[in-house]
Amino acid sequence: MASQAIFIYLAIAIIALSVTVITRKNPVHSIVFMLLLFFHIAGLYLTLNAEFLAAIQVIVYAGAILVLFLFVVLMLNLKEEVIERRYIGLWPLGLLLAVALLGTVLTTLKSISTGTKGIFSPELLKSETPTKVLAEVLYTEYLFPFEIASVVLLVAIVGAIVLAKKRLKS
Amino acid sequence: MVPLEWYIWLSTVVFGIGVFGFLARRNIIIMFISIELMLNAVNMSLVSFGTHLHDLRGQILSFFVITVAAAEAAIGLAIIIALFRNKATAHVDDMTEMKG
Repeated sequence: MASQAIFIYLAIAIIALSVTVITRKNPVHSIVFMLLLFFHIAGLYLTLNAEFLAAIQVIVYAGAILVLFLFVVLMLNLKEEVIERRYIGLWPLGLLLAVALLGTVLTTLKSISTGTKGIFSPELLKSETPTKVLAEVLYTEYLFPFEIASVVLLVAIVGAIVLAKKRLKS
Repeated sequence: MVPLEWYIWLSTVVFGIGVFGFLARRNIIIMFISIELMLNAVNMSLVSFGTHLHDLRGQILSFFVITVAAAEAAIGLAIIIALFRNKATAHVDDMTEMKG
């Protein structure tokens, strides 16, 4: 019962915060609300026995990506953005599409059928600690994708530097 | 124990909010934030599927999704800076270079 109450609180907070993030006029405000949203999502991961992912959520999303967003918003001079209107002219069409997508997914959700359960039961995770079990799977079975992920990050670093640097006068 | 459907509903609603933000806002930075919102919604559903099926692959997949989101944020924000340097605006309505 307590876990359901915690879930309901987290769900209401997450939905309210994501609506707030989307509708704020000032991008700095929406980034600050996004920070709060990420902490609530980390809490949701904790209720799902995913403690490593909760830590990653706080460190990578709230610590790295959001600071990057904040730097860019503060770097750009967005004074005139704040006083103009927020939505494009066709925003009802966007709302219609989003609601249609939501309805489609929620109606097909009834016919969902989950497969057989795996070997990583909560008892195993509790005896071995979830992070250790996750690391064992990640560094044996998924070692090659892990290396590919590091290459992706390297390419992103190089690409960001090339795109954002000022043109050199030659 | 919270049923799996609740988590999937929550993830779907957050994804829908992200879709609306991406389609309807004029500010390109808010559109980027909406993409992050959608990726977070997918992560939530992946982790809940993984936990309810007693399998860790959901968590590993969402780990890779977070990696790609970080790379995408770096590249995308660099593109926004380059765009702002040339056009001095962050409104998608004003990006009409390809209008022919």
